[in-house]
Amino acid sequence: MASGNGDALRVIGRPHRKVDAVDKVTGQTKFADDLYLPQMLYCKILRSPHPHARITSIDTSTAKELPGVKGVLVGRDIPIAFGILPVSQDEHALAPDKVRFIGDPVAAVAAISEEIATETLDRIHVEYEQLDAIASIEQALANPEPRIHDYGDSGNLHKLVSLEFGDVEEGFEQAYLVREDLFFYGGSTHLPMEQHAALASYSADHKLTLWSSTQTPHYVQRALAKVLEMPASRIRVIACPNGGGFGGKSDPFSHEIVVAKFAMMTGRPVKITLTREEVFYCHRGRHPTLMWAKTGVTKDGHITAMHFRTALDGGGYGSYGVASTYYTGALQTVTYQVDRYKFQGMRAFTNKPPCGPKRGHGTPQPRFALEVQMDKLAEQLGMDPADMRLRHLVPENSLTANYLRVGSIGLGACIEKVVDGSQWRDRFRKLPEGRGVGLACSSYLSGAGLPIYWNNMPHSGVQLKCDRGGGITVFCGSTDIGQGSDSILAYIVAEVLGVDPFEIRIVTADTDLTPVDLGSYASRVTLMSGNAALQAAERARDMIAPEVAQKLDVPRDRLVFADSRVFDSEDPERGMTFAEAVQAAEGALGTIGTVGSYTPPKSPGRYRGAGVGPSPAYSYSAAVAEVEVDIDSGIVRVLKIWIGHDIGRCINPTTVMGQVEGSIYMGLGEALMEDMEYRENFHVVHKIPSMLEYKSPTTLDMCEVETYLISDPDPNGPFGAKEAGQGPLLPVAPAVANAVYDAVGVRIDEVPIMPEKVRKALKQKASGKEARYGPTSFPDIPWPEPIHVPTPWEGGDGKALQHEETTTGPPPERQH
Amino acid sequence: MENSPNRPAGKVPISLIVNGEHTEIAFAPHKTLLEVLREDLGLTGTKHGCELGECGTCAVLMDGQPVLSCLVLGVACSGRSISTVEGMADGPTLHPLQKAFADLGAAQCGYCTPGLLLTAEALLLDNPSPTRQAIKEALAGNLCRCTGYIKIYEAVELAAAWMRGESAEPAREILYGQR
Amino acid sequence: MLRLPTFTYLQPTSIDEALKMKQDAGPDGMYVAGGTDLYPNMKRRHQEPKTVISLSGLDDLHHVTINPAEGTAIGAGTTLSEIETHGALAQRYPVVTQATKLIATPLLRNMGTIGGNLCLDTRCNYYNQSYEWRKSIDFCMKKDGEICWVAPSSPRCWAVSSTDLAPVMVALDAQFTLIGTNGERQVPAGRFYNDDGIEYLTKRPEEILADVRLPAANGWDATYWKLRRRGSFDFPVLGVAAWVEWDGDTVRDARVVLGGVASFPKLIAAASEAIVGTDLNDDAIASAAQAAFKPAKPMDNTDFGLAWRKEMTRNYVKGALEELRNRHRKA
Repeated sequence: MASGNGDALRVIGRPHRKVDAVDKVTGQTKFADDLYLPQMLYCKILRSPHPHARITSIDTSTAKELPGVKGVLVGRDIPIAFGILPVSQDEHALAPDKVRFIGDPVAAVAAISEEIATETLDRIHVEYEQLDAIASIEQALANPEPRIHDYGDSGNLHKLVSLEFGDVEEGFEQAYLVREDLFFYGGSTHLPMEQHAALASYSADHKLTLWSSTQTPHYVQRALAKVLEMPASRIRVIACPNGGGFGGKSDPFSHEIVVAKFAMMTGRPVKITLTREEVFYCHRGRHPTLMWAKTGVTKDGHITAMHFRTALDGGGYGSYGVASTYYTGALQTVTYQVDRYKFQGMRAFTNKPPCGPKRGHGTPQPRFALEVQMDKLAEQLGMDPADMRLRHLVPENSLTANYLRVGSIGLGACIEKVVDGSQWRDRFRKLPEGRGVGLACSSYLSGAGLPIYWNNMPHSGVQLKCDRGGGITVFCGSTDIGQGSDSILAYIVAEVLGVDPFEIRIVTADTDLTPVDLGSYASRVTLMSGNAALQAAERARDMIAPEVAQKLDVPRDRLVFADSRVFDSEDPERGMTFAEAVQAAEGALGTIGTVGSYTPPKSPGRYRGAGVGPSPAYSYSAAVAEVEVDIDSGIVRVLKIWIGHDIGRCINPTTVMGQVEGSIYMGLGEALMEDMEYRENFHVVHKIPSMLEYKSPTTLDMCEVETYLISDPDPNGPFGAKEAGQGPLLPVAPAVANAVYDAVGVRIDEVPIMPEKVRKALKQKASGKEARYGPTSFPDIPWPEPIHVPTPWEGGDGKALQHEETTTGPPPERQH
Repeated sequence: MENSPNRPAGKVPISLIVNGEHTEIAFAPHKTLLEVLREDLGLTGTKHGCELGECGTCAVLMDGQPVLSCLVLGVACSGRSISTVEGMADGPTLHPLQKAFADLGAAQCGYCTPGLLLTAEALLLDNPSPTRQAIKEALAGNLCRCTGYIKIYEAVELAAAWMRGESAEPAREILYGQR
Repeated sequence: MLRLPTFTYLQPTSIDEALKMKQDAGPDGMYVAGGTDLYPNMKRRHQEPKTVISLSGLDDLHHVTINPAEGTAIGAGTTLSEIETHGALAQRYPVVTQATKLIATPLLRNMGTIGGNLCLDTRCNYYNQSYEWRKSIDFCMKKDGEICWVAPSSPRCWAVSSTDLAPVMVALDAQFTLIGTNGERQVPAGRFYNDDGIEYLTKRPEEILADVRLPAANGWDATYWKLRRRGSFDFPVLGVAAWVEWDGDTVRDARVVLGGVASFPKLIAAASEAIVGTDLNDDAIASAAQAAFKPAKPMDNTDFGLAWRKEMTRNYVKGALEELRNRHRKA
């Protein structure tokens, strides 16, 4: 897409403060829990003490009588189901008849103080009939009954996917070397520092307003409209700045609906702020995933075929799980060429808090498996793992076996940078025992190519207003969760209209005031709302410029918008202020306002399941990790990570650095210590729902990071920009695992890489057994017959072969 | 005194100094300083992430020392001097730490930021030239999920230099990455 | 937001007044110092005093008195930060400084006191949970229930002593001064603790831990090694305090104490015996490490797996003793 104003960029590509930085460092940012309204009530939610049970009765009579209690709600009061995906409308604000995990919401209280609301929970008497609980993938497979949900592909298997692109068996026959490996990636949670909060207010003219710490105000509005049976036009959802999201605030949540309902019942504002423990129960974090990967390579490491199986522990509800399942098989093909590819994925329902989209959504798990397997393959082939990868990169502007369109790819430069920076060639396999380096790569989407529910409307919209004082206001539904999306809007508009970004007002994430943006997920915001803002700004420039040209008597194409002026590029003195320019335009055309929108390009895949994976642009990362492993204890310390990230082009390099460093941090936590643990044989209770026992790395645990930002502008990104917030997380865990192998010669095929596991593997190695820790088997899963799709190089057209049954599902677009 | 949570005990008046101003306030005796600041004084700049002393988000300065406001009783603050993030700037002029955090993007979501700023302020009063290791140790009780702490260290170092009167600028690598 | 239940808060200005208040409050009264242990427990309803008596206004509890010949007294109300930054203490008792720096976080050390750390409630990840969590699996015997979930057939509670300073004080043979309604008494640190997760202190409930008396700093050396997952915040899943008294190049006396593996700081006599009379050679250290490994019985109620924690006992005892030997050889 076109850039702003001539060749020289004045704002884009330079470090700036974020537009909300001053508010954040002065404590002025209003997060949802910082809002207090007159007469406000406090809400608390009673949650299930059982992992799987039928509710036989609920007695709220004592609770209702307590002084200060203004309302009590139970499941039957809000009977309509909701859920983020159209195919998984399986949640209720409060469980009407059945609970599916410890922490599942059952009843709610609104009272004049949080103390009273809390105390009242103990006065709600719920009788349960307990059902056998499903604690793991294996148990879900072994026990189709009792079913956790009465929908899904079979028994307690929520989703089964089977796709084959080309004949993989034939591909394996052509291989020089074929490896089969098993991996497990443990569950982790987002742990945003801000606990979810929501405040609802209902006016006497029947309008509902909800302020919430949500990443997806648009979807919350949809869920409220459905569940409360109100037209969306009467519901205003305002996403407050999120105190961290990472995907954990992307679903519509029970507590948001409950406070809305209470506000409607009582006519008073009602707020809820979850406790940290409740945030663990909201979860929607990383799916624990068991993986089997079979990959065949030629002598020089070219992948002739890959067959990948995943089994996901989904927890008690659907959430984004169908998409997550597809994502565990989608992006294997976008880094190194894969001639033929087969993917089979299964998501099981279990009686645990639901898993969903955490930073990297479904892709860090298979990326871990793939990158560790690449390391093993390289070793067997006697190749340097960096060279092997460099030799087989996916070419730019190409189609993959599963019909993903790769545009720009700066992965080669990323690998070269980290190889040089880390002195890889002098150190790999050459460091003393206990020290090691490991390399891994990754890729991630810059926004999903298809929306969550099928429609042909834009994914992001911007309205832009220029007033005669020279002021500019940008309206966009996007939600700033700390990543800086508000600032991106300002920088882009400032670049095009030649003003200071800090002069621009940004109004975002308010369904009454701002055009729809689908939300802060899938790393979509810079690319999509950025393109919408770019279009709106260019349209404003195109409205203003002709009037200025006429006034100054300068040809239109010689006008420059810069320094808050519009002037003749050949005679810069000849010009006017931006405010005067707007006045000129307003005088001629009336009020100056424009809109911009963005819809991603159509994806070539036409098979069922093709909706997950396409993106307007893929980011790429490569990382080298250096570790120190204590042989006596198995304790792994990550000393340093070198990361190269292909960002397309930086809108603001400093905030990109922040995203990359933050991704490394979260990846490091997953690699070494973070673990959603349950007492599986004991009521499936969450073992450690606290900040103390869920181990988020401290300053003393974080490694050094050296970041290289690779510029390779992508034609689909605004000014060429791609994503930065998720992709750089992915290579961390496999780079660390590969480095551990380099250091002490044991393979840890399981995340998190806990000292116990390393120690066990070291002991096995010492006793001559397999020097490895990881899963040893993959369960038998009743896979459906795969959908066969010929690859592009076999003459395929993106459609499944004709004899495939095509009647059981919605059209491809809806399978997101 | 009636002890049911349903009947909050009568309010207790105390006087204390908040951000340099003498303040008289009355509140229920079981309220923590965190609750008093946010709910009774309207100072919502102090955030909370666990209310159990497990995250560092709610840090404020009490007589110049960083403490966790979620574990300090309001009534125990009688006669004490409390500093919150709202009191850091000098009128419209940001504190050097605030400026450095803003300039380097050390505040991403900004939720842990108030606690980190105040903890860092106490560090720099005590040690105007902390090493990177000293910064890590001083901030080891403040969790941040966004930044990986790196921009925070860099901001503390930059602010420390400014506070020592040096006209420091961030290194190119901090703003643009390695070449 | 997690909030405290209501309670009566008292702020005595003398030890006598505090004792009187405790007497009046009876079993429903509890002392609080820094509050970093009690208030989280109250918020999760593990401890539910109706009256909370603050010791932080008692100046008598707030001092560091160094007497080079006889030893040093540290008032129980001294904050952990004050201890870790106390120059004269660091010079004479580096092990105390070292162990103190490993406690919790800097912010918590600004609040928490040495007395509070020594009286730290035993911990268990079936116990340190919210009211609702404990209710969901049914309450345990340490609070509101009948059973020990770590060892369901056990008649006792297995909550873990998680203080970093207690093993150090036992290793140093520090004396604790307790003041009660009947007057003052001295208790050796080793006898201050009980092997029981519930009745983990031998102190009578109304007694106030007033100070900690360290022996004179001469002729001995000590160190403390702490195992935990992260560099801060975390309680020890294993703490090893080792103390040796040198006679030339021979160990005249020694104490090896384990924290985090039982309901009390566990003195491992066999480990001490293994090194007394030796020059702390590798063999002696190995047998001490083995002696400590054998009786260490971590349970599945803290972070990390218990087998690995047990195994680490050997490593950490070895490491701590090697440190002492190497320091002696250098000197």
